[in-house]
Amino acid sequence: MLNYDLVVVGGGPAGMAAALKAEECGVKKIVILERAESLGGILEQCIHTGFGLQYFKEELSGPEYAGRFIELVEKSTVEVKTDTMVLDVSEDKIVTAVNKNDGLLQIKATAVVLAMGCRERPRGALPALTGTRPAGVMTAGTAQKYVNIDGYLPGKKIVILGSGDIGLIMARRMTLEGAEVKMVCEIMPYSGGLTRNIVQCLNDFDIPLYLSTTVVATHGKDRLEGVTIAKVDEKMNPIPGTEQYVECDTLMLSVGLIPENELTSGAGIPLDPVTRGATVNEKRETAHSGVFACGNVLQVHDLVDFVTLEAQIAGEGAAEYILNGGKFDDAQYIETTKGFGVRYIVPQKINVNSKKPIDLYFRVGAVYPNAKVVLEADGKVISSKKKIKLAPGEMECVTVPADVLEGLTADSSVTVRVEV
Amino acid sequence: MKKDMICIACPRGCYMSVEIGEDGKFVSVTGNTCKRGETYAMTEVTNPTRSLTSTVKVIGGAHPVVPVKSASPVPKGMLFECMKEINKATVKAPVKIGDTVIENILGTGVDIVATNIC
Repeated sequence: MLNYDLVVVGGGPAGMAAALKAEECGVKKIVILERAESLGGILEQCIHTGFGLQYFKEELSGPEYAGRFIELVEKSTVEVKTDTMVLDVSEDKIVTAVNKNDGLLQIKATAVVLAMGCRERPRGALPALTGTRPAGVMTAGTAQKYVNIDGYLPGKKIVILGSGDIGLIMARRMTLEGAEVKMVCEIMPYSGGLTRNIVQCLNDFDIPLYLSTTVVATHGKDRLEGVTIAKVDEKMNPIPGTEQYVECDTLMLSVGLIPENELTSGAGIPLDPVTRGATVNEKRETAHSGVFACGNVLQVHDLVDFVTLEAQIAGEGAAEYILNGGKFDDAQYIETTKGFGVRYIVPQKINVNSKKPIDLYFRVGAVYPNAKVVLEADGKVISSKKKIKLAPGEMECVTVPADVLEGLTADSSVTVRVEV
Repeated sequence: MKKDMICIACPRGCYMSVEIGEDGKFVSVTGNTCKRGETYAMTEVTNPTRSLTSTVKVIGGAHPVVPVKSASPVPKGMLFECMKEINKATVKAPVKIGDTVIENILGTGVDIVATNIC
C-alpha cells in the first residue's frame, strides 16, 4: 500500500486547484488521480470563451483556463496519475484505484479531496419522453465532444431540449458550423442558463426559445426523423391538444447536471438531497473527518471561477487538517438555514469559532426581479443587499463577517432569505 | 430613440437602456453597473462585435481538431464568413496555446489563435 498526505480524486479545475492550494499551504506528498488521459476535465471540450473573467480578470476559453492550472501542476511537486480510475474510497481513507501501469493501487491517505465533477442527465432520466429509440438523440455535452474534440458534426437539423448553458452554447456552435438549430424547448417558465448565453447564443442567431414547452416523443427508426413538442401546465404536465411535430435529425438534451457521487456514497458520506453533493462545513469537509469535496461534485456551478475558489477552500482545509496531525481543533457547528426563496446553501454547516469571514453560496428557487438578499443571525438582520434579478440559473453569495461569527454560539442560527 | 439590451460583458447580465440620437449615434446608457457596460452599449449600437471560437483541422495531432479563438472580437456581421475561412484552414502538429493559425482573418486585423495544445 502507498502512503500519501493528500489524495485528490479528479484532475479537472477543482482537483487541480485543491492540490495546488494544499501544496502552497505546505503539504508535501500529494497525488491527483484522473480518469481521463490528461488533466483538465470537462474544460477541454468547452472551447468557447467566457472563462476566467472573475479569477484571472481576462476572458479565456476552457482549454486555456485549464492550461494555466495544468502548467502550474506540472511545475509543482504534485504527482499525477492519468488514465486512472478510482474504484473506492473507504471509511478509513484508503483509496483503491486501477490503471494500466500500476494495476490495482491502494493508497492510504491522511486526507482526501473529492473532485469528480458531474455528469449530464441522460434520456433515461426523462420518463415522459416516449417514442422510438433512433440514433441522433444525445446529451449536449456528448455532441460538444463530437464537434470540438473528435471534429465531426453530429447532425444538421437540431432541436435542443433544455436551456442549460451547455445546450445554449451548443445551439451557437452548431449554427456556426452550418447546422440549422430549429428551437430550444425549456420545460420551466424561465431559462436555466446564464443571461449572456441567451443573448449571445440564441438572440444573436434568431433561434427561438420556447418556455413551458417540452419534447414528448421521438420519431424515426434508424435515425431520428422528428420530435413532438407540447406546452406544459404549471405542474409541468403536457397540455393535450398543444402537440406539434418538428422535423429534425438530432435531439440534444441539456436537462441538468448530476454530481457524480458514487464514491462519496460508497464511503458512507451523507448527501444533501437538493445539491446531490455531500453536506459540508465551511472548509468543505464532508461529514466524514478528513474527506473534503469541491467543484461540481459538491454543487453544480455556473462558472469555473467559483469552482476554483471553492477548491482552494477545500485544499486549504485539507492542508490544515493534514498539518494539524489529521484532525481539526475544537469546532462548534451550526446549520445554515434556508429562508424564503432559498433552495440550498453551501456550506450546510459553519463553525461559529471560525475567525475568518465565511461566504455562503446559494441558489434561489424561482425568478425574483428587484429583490433583496437578507442575511440574518439570531433573528437580527446582518446585511440586506438589493438585486436587480435573482434567478435559479445564477449562483449567489453572501458573506457572514468575522465579527458576527464571534457573537454566535452553538444555539445560534444563521439564515439567508429572499425579500420581495 | 431608446433601445433595451442585456449587457454581456460579464456574467452579471445587466439590463440596460440605451439612448440613441437621431443620427444613430450613442448618446447615453442607464442600468449598467460598471464602465464595461457603457463600452458594450456603445459598441453594440455602433459596431457590434463578438468573440469567435471554433476548431481547425490538425495533421498529425493527438486529436483531429484543435480549438481556436479570435484573438479579439470580430464584427458580428462577419461571423459566418470567418467560419468559412476557419473551416478551410489546416495546421500541422505540434500546436501550442497562442499559436497563430490564421493571420488577419478577412482583413479584420484579428488573428485566429490556437487555444489548446495538440
